Amino acid sequence: MSVAFAILLYVAAIIFFGGVTLRVIKYWRTPAPLKIPTMPAPTTQTGVVMRMGREVVFFESLFKANKWIWIFGWLFHASLLLAFFRHLRYIISPDNILWPLINLQLVQSLGQYAGYTMLIGLLGLLARRIVVERIRYISNASDYLMLLLILGIAATGMWMSFISHADIVSLKIFVMGLVRFDIQPLPDSLALQLHLVMVAALMIVFPVSKLLHAPGVFFSPSRNQVDNSREKRHLVPWAAKLDATRGMKTKDQLVKE
Amino acid sequence: MADFETPAYREYPTIPDLTEDATASSSPFISKPVHQGPLGFPGELVDNWEEVAINKMGDLLSRYRGLQVYLDSCVKCGACTDKCHYFLGTTDPKNMPVGRQDLLRSVYRRYFTFAGKYFPKLVGARDMTKDVLDEWYSYFHQCSQCRRCSVYCPYGIDTAEISMAAREILDTVGVGQKYCNEIIGKVYKIGNNLGLPEPALRMTLEDLEEEIFDDTGVPVKLPLDVKGADILLVTPSADFFAEPHIDGLIGYAKVFHEMGVNWTLSSHASEAGNFGMFIGSYENMQDVAMRIRQAAEDLGVKRIIHGECGHAWRIAYSFWNTLIGPWDFLDQNYPIPQHICEYTWGLLQENKLNIDKSLNDHRVMTFHDSCNVARATRMGDKPGGQFEIPRNIIKAVCNNYVEMDPNTTKEATYCCGGGGGLLTDDLMEIRVKGALPRMEALNEVVVESGVTHMAAICAICKSQFTKVLPYYKMPMDMIVSVHQLVSDAIILTGQNTDDEETEEPAAATAE
Repeated sequence: MSVAFAILLYVAAIIFFGGVTLRVIKYWRTPAPLKIPTMPAPTTQTGVVMRMGREVVFFESLFKANKWIWIFGWLFHASLLLAFFRHLRYIISPDNILWPLINLQLVQSLGQYAGYTMLIGLLGLLARRIVVERIRYISNASDYLMLLLILGIAATGMWMSFISHADIVSLKIFVMGLVRFDIQPLPDSLALQLHLVMVAALMIVFPVSKLLHAPGVFFSPSRNQVDNSREKRHLVPWAAKLDATRGMKTKDQLVKE
Repeated sequence: MADFETPAYREYPTIPDLTEDATASSSPFISKPVHQGPLGFPGELVDNWEEVAINKMGDLLSRYRGLQVYLDSCVKCGACTDKCHYFLGTTDPKNMPVGRQDLLRSVYRRYFTFAGKYFPKLVGARDMTKDVLDEWYSYFHQCSQCRRCSVYCPYGIDTAEISMAAREILDTVGVGQKYCNEIIGKVYKIGNNLGLPEPALRMTLEDLEEEIFDDTGVPVKLPLDVKGADILLVTPSADFFAEPHIDGLIGYAKVFHEMGVNWTLSSHASEAGNFGMFIGSYENMQDVAMRIRQAAEDLGVKRIIHGECGHAWRIAYSFWNTLIGPWDFLDQNYPIPQHICEYTWGLLQENKLNIDKSLNDHRVMTFHDSCNVARATRMGDKPGGQFEIPRNIIKAVCNNYVEMDPNTTKEATYCCGGGGGLLTDDLMEIRVKGALPRMEALNEVVVESGVTHMAAICAICKSQFTKVLPYYKMPMDMIVSVHQLVSDAIILTGQNTDDEETEEPAAATAE
């Protein structure tokens, strides 16, 4: 059993990191031929970093769009971040420089209670998807399944945190074993097994699903471009090639009616 | 007049319930082969169009990062669903920005993603069929590429980019839109969207000079093809003949005259508009824009100033440097290009124009931010100058100014309903319904603040409102050009002042 889980988690990790890396490389390599920032846009690179920061940390555009989606969406993502910090204690050893930070009571408690806010966020999003006609219309099966999957992860996590505690000392030994490629026994807990299977599923679907919004936002030309088109010529290789073969020759062809 | 009803004003701000396929039957006329050829597109639907379409999609995905990222990133959160004026006016769910994107995204997923290839039902992936193609043709011509949805999307997904890609695919398989493609052909052949040849243009300008002289007694010139002029004015061709555009052109001419600058129009580049953007074709957009560079080089001008036009200003401000730059032969001390509003506002700030605001006292003004100017360009040095500068001009030449609901102005402005290549009679239903949110906001200030006129700085907005205002029981001449207001308030040096009231301030501020 432990070996099966180890293999599942290794495969999931390879697909997750490999898939996302490939996708990011694809985004990176695909040129953005025209300046299309949604205006008003920052006129400096620093300004763009600030804009992107507000977008990623506060969901600025979503806030402008719809307060309900914003509150549920932001609550979910913020809770996810807190839960992530709490989980770091399983994967780093006490001699790591991050340990004192991760081990703070504050970080651990916040991470634990974030389970509730995460549930509220997810249930809110799910309810809107079902109740609001417009959102129901645009939803596919995968959109519901994604929410249910994350709800399942949150629920099994909270089950272990608040109701039936898993043996976290053994769990840590298992996880550290994975890190060192030395497989240790996984604690015998149904909640934990479900939790891990669903996390693995999430990691596997990540690079082939809408979860790509996470890296995608950083590559969105409407958010990451500087408004400086009059000052600085923006030219990507394929457009430059086009100029060379057809565009700029036309000075001589100038034909008047 | 037509077989549809003008929508009633909503009790603000309700979001309508969905009516599936409400405007599924709305489609513009398909381009004839003769209008496809000059643009480099096949004349009619090619035999292996499915394959051609998918290959073209792949080509665009590899050339446009935006398209690739936008198609992957949507999480179907619903933030955009109530943001499109066409959705609000038609209640058709395929006019919700995400609904529209999904028409293309579903095909993208089927052919380009793992999930869509192996689990199409799960992720709503669809095969490329004729029904899908027809649906694209219909609904991607119900988007004015105004970018309002991109403001609200947490990832900045811009439906305009997706519409452009869809239209380019449609053109590539031989199904083009008559209105846009015929017009682009006219630019190639004659030099402007209207097909106004040089002699006709020259005559029109002479008539205008006469008209201004009769009005003012001042010989204001509208020079054409003057070699060695300092300033080339590039403006939408509607400014040469349509109302109220032409009054804006008179305004530009008066400002130039008053400054005593040596300026010219060009018959070769007698069009600022560039419908190459509407059809998503980089190549056609570049070819159309190239005429302006050619004219600038040929005439040997030092500066280019751009007239009142929305999408054209987008192409000029955001794309010219890429498409037809570098502008190393122009005077680098001025913005390249410079918007006429930037120019006029600069002069107003320096008190270089003699303005009598009271001449506009019969008007209570409001301002419609044109979508492309608002969300795809800038004016001046600071972000948001595109909102402030036109308003500053209006306030400098009018005493009465009222803002519309802030949810409908500046970056949140609604499209007039006729942008993006939809300004054609065969799309009248969509144009009237798409104007609803703007008409509601306008009606509110008419009722509450007695607004009599709305100014705009876009040729399409002006034409669209002229046509659509009567559907909403408002007079068609409510829409005016910003430089029309300047024109009406400016007192030229040596101007006839037969009107007693204007004499005093004119004399008082004469230099």
